[in-house]
Amino acid sequence: MSDTITFTVDGVEVTGRKGQTIIQAADDAGIYIPRLCWTKKLKPGASCRLCTVLVNNRPTASCTQPIGEGMVVLNETEQLITYRKNLVEMLFVEGNHFCMFCEKSGNCELQAMAYRFGIAAPKFPYMFPKRELDASHPDIFLDRNRCILCGRCVRASRDLDGKGVFQFVGRGNHKKIGVNAEARLADTNVDVSDDAVGSCPVGAILKKRVGFAVPVGQRLYDHQPIGSDTEAKARRSARGK
Amino acid sequence: MKSTNGGKLIVLEPVTRIEGHAKVTLFLNDEGCVKQARMHVIEFRGFERFVQGRPYWEMPVLVQRLCGICPVSHHLAAAKAVDRIVGGENLTPTAEKMRRLMHYGQMFQSHALHFFHLVSPDLLFGFDADPAIRNVIGVAKKYPDLAVQGVMMRKYGQEIIKATAGKKIHGTGAIPGGINKNLSVEERDVFLRDIDKMLDWAQSALKIAKDYTAENLDRLASFGSFPSNHLSLVREDGALDLYHGNLRAIDAEGNKILDQVDYANYLDFIAEEVRPWSYMKFPFIKSVGPEDGWYRVGPLARLNNCDFIDTPIAEKERKEFVKLGNGKPINVTMAYHWARMVELVHAAEKIKELLNDPDLQGDDLVAKGKRRREGIGLIEAPRGTLFHHYKVDENDQVVMANLIVSTTHNNEPMNRAVQKVAEEYLDGKEITEGLLNHIEVAIRAYDPCLSCATHALGRMPLLVELMDAEGNIINRKTRD
Ligand code: SF4
Ligand code: FES
Repeated sequence: MSDTITFTVDGVEVTGRKGQTIIQAADDAGIYIPRLCWTKKLKPGASCRLCTVLVNNRPTASCTQPIGEGMVVLNETEQLITYRKNLVEMLFVEGNHFCMFCEKSGNCELQAMAYRFGIAAPKFPYMFPKRELDASHPDIFLDRNRCILCGRCVRASRDLDGKGVFQFVGRGNHKKIGVNAEARLADTNVDVSDDAVGSCPVGAILKKRVGFAVPVGQRLYDHQPIGSDTEAKARRSARGK
Repeated sequence: MKSTNGGKLIVLEPVTRIEGHAKVTLFLNDEGCVKQARMHVIEFRGFERFVQGRPYWEMPVLVQRLCGICPVSHHLAAAKAVDRIVGGENLTPTAEKMRRLMHYGQMFQSHALHFFHLVSPDLLFGFDADPAIRNVIGVAKKYPDLAVQGVMMRKYGQEIIKATAGKKIHGTGAIPGGINKNLSVEERDVFLRDIDKMLDWAQSALKIAKDYTAENLDRLASFGSFPSNHLSLVREDGALDLYHGNLRAIDAEGNKILDQVDYANYLDFIAEEVRPWSYMKFPFIKSVGPEDGWYRVGPLARLNNCDFIDTPIAEKERKEFVKLGNGKPINVTMAYHWARMVELVHAAEKIKELLNDPDLQGDDLVAKGKRRREGIGLIEAPRGTLFHHYKVDENDQVVMANLIVSTTHNNEPMNRAVQKVAEEYLDGKEITEGLLNHIEVAIRAYDPCLSCATHALGRMPLLVELMDAEGNIINRKTRD
C-alpha cells in the first residue's frame, strides 16, 4: 500500500506508483500532458518546458517532478495552455519549418502539437535562421533547419546507443546540434538503426530515401490529434467502470 | 488601363483573368503605329536556387510550390526526373496508371476551370461585351446549368487528384520510382458513378468552343494569329500522350523539325535565350536558331503534332478540328480553346478507361534500379510541355535544377499575339476598352500562369509606366 501515491490532476484523482514523475503517472491514468523533449524510453531532459504544470500553484516541469501524496496538479488551465501555445509558436519561428514539403509532415510531433493547440500561424516574427544540413552519411540526413533542440537524439545516442554521436554546441541563438564535436555524420559510428535516429520528433534526423512513402491519410496524426492515444485509455477505463 | 498623350509608349495592365500578373508594353514608332509588344512579368526567379542542397526525394513535393494552379504537373514532372535518379523509370503498371489517373484528373479540372471561369464569358457574350457582364458571375446568371457543370467538373478532377495524390493540392502520391498508394475499390466506384456524366458535359463544353469558332471563323482566323513552330511530346506511334513520350516539333507548314527525340537529350535540341527586359527566358529549337526557332506549346501544339488520339470520341473530334488547317498545322491562336476542349474530352475518356483497369488496385507500387546522378522529366502539363532537370551529388543533394515551364515556351508566341492584335486594333494613341479586351483575349488563349513561369517566390505591386521616345518615364501609376 505504501507503494501507491494519490494526487489530483485538474481535480481528478490519480493513483501512481512511488518514484514516478507526474507525466508518467498522468500517462498511466490517461491524462495527456503535452511534451516534446520527453519520451517514455528516455531520461528526462526538461528543456522544452511544454510539460509545465502547476504543482500546488507553482510552475513545474512534469517530466522531472516526482509525484507526492496529496499533490494538487493543474494541467489544463487557460494560462498554461497559453504558455504552451507560445512555446510551440516560438519553436516554429526560431527554425525553418516548412511543413508543406517536409516528409515528416503528418508524423511530426511539433506540427501535431500546433494542430492540437489550434495554432494556424505563429504571432511572432519568423527569424529565418541560416542552418546547416549534413547529408554526408549514406543512410541518414540531418536537416538542422527543423531542429527544435529537444535533445532527444543526444540522450538516445548516449544512453540507449552508448555512442554519444550528438551533442549540443554553442549557446543562445547559436546553439545547435553537433555531431562528434563538429564532425560530419559520415565520420561517426552512427548507424541508421540507432535509437538516436528514430528519436527525433521533427524532420531533423531522417532516414534517407524514405521520403513520402507513407500516403496522406495513413500518417500518425492524420486522423487523431497528438495525445489522443493516451486520452483514449482514460475513456476506455471510464467505460469499463 | 493607361495611355500616353503624345508619348511613344502605351502600357496596359493588368491583363485580368490570367493567373498571376502581367504588364504589357506597346512600343510605338514615330507614326504612332505599334512597333513592338512586350509582355513583362514583374516577378522574380529564385526557385532553382532554393532547391539546391535539398534531398532529391523531396523534389516532387517541394516543386509543386512553384504553382498554385497546376501543382500536379510539377509534382509528376519532378517525379519522372527523380525516377531516373533511382533507376526506377520503368514504373510498375499500378504506379504508371495511378500517375496517369492523377494527371488526367489534373488536366480535366484545369481545362474545365480555364474554360468555364476564364474563357466562357468571352465566348458566350462576345469579347466586345461589357466586362460588367462578361465574367463568370454573368455566365452563372445567364447559363446556370453550364456554371454548375463547370464547378462539378472541376470538383471531379480535384477528387481524382485527392484519391491519387493524397490531397487536392500539394499531394505526395508520386514518389521516386512509383506511387505511394493504389486506388481502392470504394474510391474507384465513386468515380465510376459519375464518369459518363463528366464525359457528356465535356462534350457539351467542346461543342460551345467548336460552334463559336465555326461561327466566328472569319474574324478569329486572323485574330492574334501568326505562323509558328509547334512542340510537344508524342507517343512512339505518334499518338497524343499527355503523360509520356518523345519530343516532336513541326514548323508552320507541318514539316518535322524534331521527331521522336528522347527528352533526356533535350539540351542538344533546345536552348534558352535571355532578354534583358524580361525575367522569363525565351526557349528555341537550336537547329532553327533563336530568331525563328521559337514555338508554341499546349493544346494547339499537341493537336497539331500528334498523328491520332487513342480514345474514340476525342479522335473523331480531332479529325474535325484539323480540317481547320486544310492539311497544314493550325496557327489560329483562338483555336487553342477548341483544342483544349478536345483534350478535356480525351482526359475524361482516359479516366474512364483507367477506372476500369484492375491494375489500379495492384500492390506493386515502386520500381528501383541503377542509381544515377542526373534526372530529366518531361510531361505535357495543361498549358504545355513542362521540363524538370536535376543533378544530384553522391550525398543525394540536389546541386542543379533547371525547369522550363509551359508559359515560358509560349513567351514569344504571346508577345507575337499581342503585337498582332495591337497592330490591328490600336487606333491613334488612345487605348480603348476594346483594345484592352482584345489583348486580354489573345493572351488568355494561351492560358498562361505567369507566377509559375518566373518561378516566383513573391509578387510586386502592379505598376504603370509611360515612357517617351527617349526612354524618359513621363508617367507612373499603380492601378487602383
Ligand atoms: S535533431 Fe531532432 S532529436 Fe535532435 S535535438 Fe534536434 S529536434 Fe531534437
Ligand atoms: S517534456 Fe518536460 S520539459 Fe520537455
